[in-house]
Amino acid sequence: MANDLAHPEKFFLSRFGMSDRAFERILGTALERKADYADLFFEYHSAEALALEESMVNHTSKSVSHGVGVRVCAEDRTGYAYSDEVTIDRMRLAAEAARAIADQRTTAPAVQVGAPMPHHALYEVETTPLEIPIEERARLLREIDAAARAFDPRVRNVMASIAAERKIIMIVTSEGKLAADVQPLCRLNVTVIAEDGKGGRQSGTYGGGGRVEYRYFLEGERWRQYALEAARQAIVNLDAADAPAGEMVVVLGPGWPGILLHEAIGHGLEGDFNRKGVSAFSGRIGQKVASELCTVVDDGTIPMRRGSLNIDDEGTPTSRTVLIEKGILRGYLHDRMNARLMKMKPTGNGRRESFAHTPMPRMTNTFMLAGDSTPEEIIKSVKSGLYAVSFGGGQVDITNGKFVFSASEAYLIEDGKVTRPVKGATLIGDGPDVLTRVVMVGNDLALDSGIGTCGKDGQSVPVGVGLPTIRIDGITVGGTRA
Amino acid sequence: MNTQSEPNGIHSEMDTLDSALAEWVLGEAKKHGATAAEVLMIGAESIAAGVRLGEVEKLKSSRERRLGIRVFVGQSSATASTAEVERASLAEFVASTVTLARLTAEDPWSGLPEPSMHPREIPDLGLLDPDAGIVEADRALAIARKGEKAALGADPRIKNSEGAEFDSGRYRVLFANSNGFSGEYEGSSFSLVVAPIAQDNGAMQQGYWYTANRRFAKLEDAESVGTIAAKRALRRLGARKVKTTRVPVVFDPDMAAGLIRSFAGAASGPSLYKGASFLIDRLGSRVMAPAVSIIDDARIPGALGSKPFDGEGLATNRKHLVEKGELKSYLLDCYSARKLKMQPTGNAARSVGQTPTVSTTNLYLEPGSCTPAQIIGSVRQGLYLTELIGFGVNMVTGDYSRGAGGMWIEDGQLAYPVQEITIAGNLKDMFLNIEMIGNDLQWHSTTASPSLKISEMTIAGA
Repeated sequence: MANDLAHPEKFFLSRFGMSDRAFERILGTALERKADYADLFFEYHSAEALALEESMVNHTSKSVSHGVGVRVCAEDRTGYAYSDEVTIDRMRLAAEAARAIADQRTTAPAVQVGAPMPHHALYEVETTPLEIPIEERARLLREIDAAARAFDPRVRNVMASIAAERKIIMIVTSEGKLAADVQPLCRLNVTVIAEDGKGGRQSGTYGGGGRVEYRYFLEGERWRQYALEAARQAIVNLDAADAPAGEMVVVLGPGWPGILLHEAIGHGLEGDFNRKGVSAFSGRIGQKVASELCTVVDDGTIPMRRGSLNIDDEGTPTSRTVLIEKGILRGYLHDRMNARLMKMKPTGNGRRESFAHTPMPRMTNTFMLAGDSTPEEIIKSVKSGLYAVSFGGGQVDITNGKFVFSASEAYLIEDGKVTRPVKGATLIGDGPDVLTRVVMVGNDLALDSGIGTCGKDGQSVPVGVGLPTIRIDGITVGGTRA
Repeated sequence: MNTQSEPNGIHSEMDTLDSALAEWVLGEAKKHGATAAEVLMIGAESIAAGVRLGEVEKLKSSRERRLGIRVFVGQSSATASTAEVERASLAEFVASTVTLARLTAEDPWSGLPEPSMHPREIPDLGLLDPDAGIVEADRALAIARKGEKAALGADPRIKNSEGAEFDSGRYRVLFANSNGFSGEYEGSSFSLVVAPIAQDNGAMQQGYWYTANRRFAKLEDAESVGTIAAKRALRRLGARKVKTTRVPVVFDPDMAAGLIRSFAGAASGPSLYKGASFLIDRLGSRVMAPAVSIIDDARIPGALGSKPFDGEGLATNRKHLVEKGELKSYLLDCYSARKLKMQPTGNAARSVGQTPTVSTTNLYLEPGSCTPAQIIGSVRQGLYLTELIGFGVNMVTGDYSRGAGGMWIEDGQLAYPVQEITIAGNLKDMFLNIEMIGNDLQWHSTTASPSLKISEMTIAGA
């Protein structure tokens, strides 16, 4: 990456004419009423996207956004104000607005901003895809188009896009801590529409990416694999029969099906819901919530992953948190406020979509550790069931624990063999119950290819998931064939 | 906090974003070689005030302004957005966007609308509350408190809460293009949402309800919003799974509105020309039961989805998407219209820095004559659907499979709550099988529908 970003904190100082003294004054203003804590969040975000449809790279776009948010926390109250004008005046107004949640006047403590805090170095990219010539990126999209079309004559349309962004953030806290990070992210996405010539039409989608350099997509021709996967899925689905309906044995394939963990377990273990006692997992630490084959972790420290971060959006270094250990619920995911109120440690999971949002506990990369069974043994063990290998989105009601996730590629298992493809169907289950039904865990843990985005309370953040092949004895499959 | 704005307070944020700046940006684009260009500016101000269990939980206030452009060099185009709206940085921003356009493939269907298509007059649709500015924090908190208090007091089983939030916002939109079109409008919005939690026998259920309006005085009373939210949480207590079966499903008005939103998605131009819709080549065909008519009306005064011109500067309108079961109109922006060899429908939507997409404005299904009680009464065994989760709608095929909850109907009566089930079918069949239409159309958001009965769907459960 360009040298001027070796010290991202200096970027904001020079670009917007800020200084440590100015930060100290603003934080002092924020704390003129009795509060526990205040912080400033600066963000500078640049993004570029190219899209191909009908074999033309006919859409290009770019954006630059920046802003600053001032937050004041007092017990469980949060005051927040932000502006996309990064000036001392606007920050002072924001600090005055944010402190309105605290009512008791006090003498503001003296804030002294120190040197930047050290943190992980998980994505030291030399050049982001933003710096690769547009023509080169456009050529890659055209090659993807050609590869997908060559896969099968029934491919009717290909849509491919490459989106790259770079986020520079800086957090200054009333404790005098200063942390900054440069966060590259990119994603290549391919959607294929196939037609069988008899009026049947299906789509397939695949993609990947992470906090990586452009050449990541060229290594081992990853781009080709994405194109072929999308095309293969669309073609397979052309022959899919109606999906079954009812409770049955389900085998989930490795990788992206880990969205099960994200919905069924992860959200319910976020600290805010548990502090408020509104999660189906509230007050259950130490209890058995899964079969002893299951160990589930959230790990924001895996190099180059889409869900990884050097620091969270409150400046806390990310970490690896064991959520479930051999079936026992061990921990929650925390931001600073919820950790403080629950007298626990922040886990580096305080994240936000942008300066226009307040941080909340969010997942990073959430996955189950590998077990002993081979995937073949697992399939072979099932007399009758569903084998689901690819999924669209999912959702959870954290209060009653019910969650769904929708299969986009699935097959019947009959007498220990994978047989016919069936149409996509939504699977529905109960978070605190579903992992107690896991009877086999594969030795083939895989993380997803880097496509996940999680939404909570109107905020989207990039995340990762992972799973080995697992067998669940009893989950409701929402097909049409009753 | 004293942030109450005068009704014209938004101008402070938009001072620098005026039609003179728009003209200047269009001139810069031309200077750098653009053959056509458009500029969109949005300024917004808002406050959100949240309480939980009677105490202040959060206060958030914001000011934003964004500028976006789309430039054409012949048939090549590029879009861009920025928060840096000083002329010095804008000059470089425009120049680099023109360069980006030159690097983009020529697309025979791209371009601005024909100049003659722009309206001469821009109607005032009453989108801005003339009486109320941004609601001040103390008052917003008081309204949220009142809503939550009503929910917490509704029943002893309401013991916890996800809180209540009152939001107040104002925005100004300014759009101009090199055809000489220039238009602007301002709008306001106010909303209250209450989310109590009911507990019984160790199980918890959340309920929520809301009110939203462009006029502060027209919001529903906070107490009634809280009371309804509590009822919605309470009625879910004791929910159970039912056996897998095929039965009629009655969609309550909110769930029915979601159904017609899915329909509109399949009727939108980009889905159609990409081959990603189950409504391809269906214009003029019967796609719904004969009693069904669906209308998109951008000109309802003061309505949440109303706007005087669309995202490409074309006049908005009122039209049938479906009339007596027959598909009458798609939803098209200029690009998808050219691709499909049709006319744009005034439904281009725009966010700053994005190419136009398509959206509905105020979308609704015309009410019928049945009361909800008559519809429920017609069902011997079936589901009264009040909640859906997940994204199991395949726009390409119409296949539909989603997590569901509601009340089980036995002998024409709501018998007990159900959850952890799915409903599945295909949208093409579901729309043809709309058997009864309620008389209970009410506007809560930009899409509205009366209750609908679908003759049969698959329920997957135990």
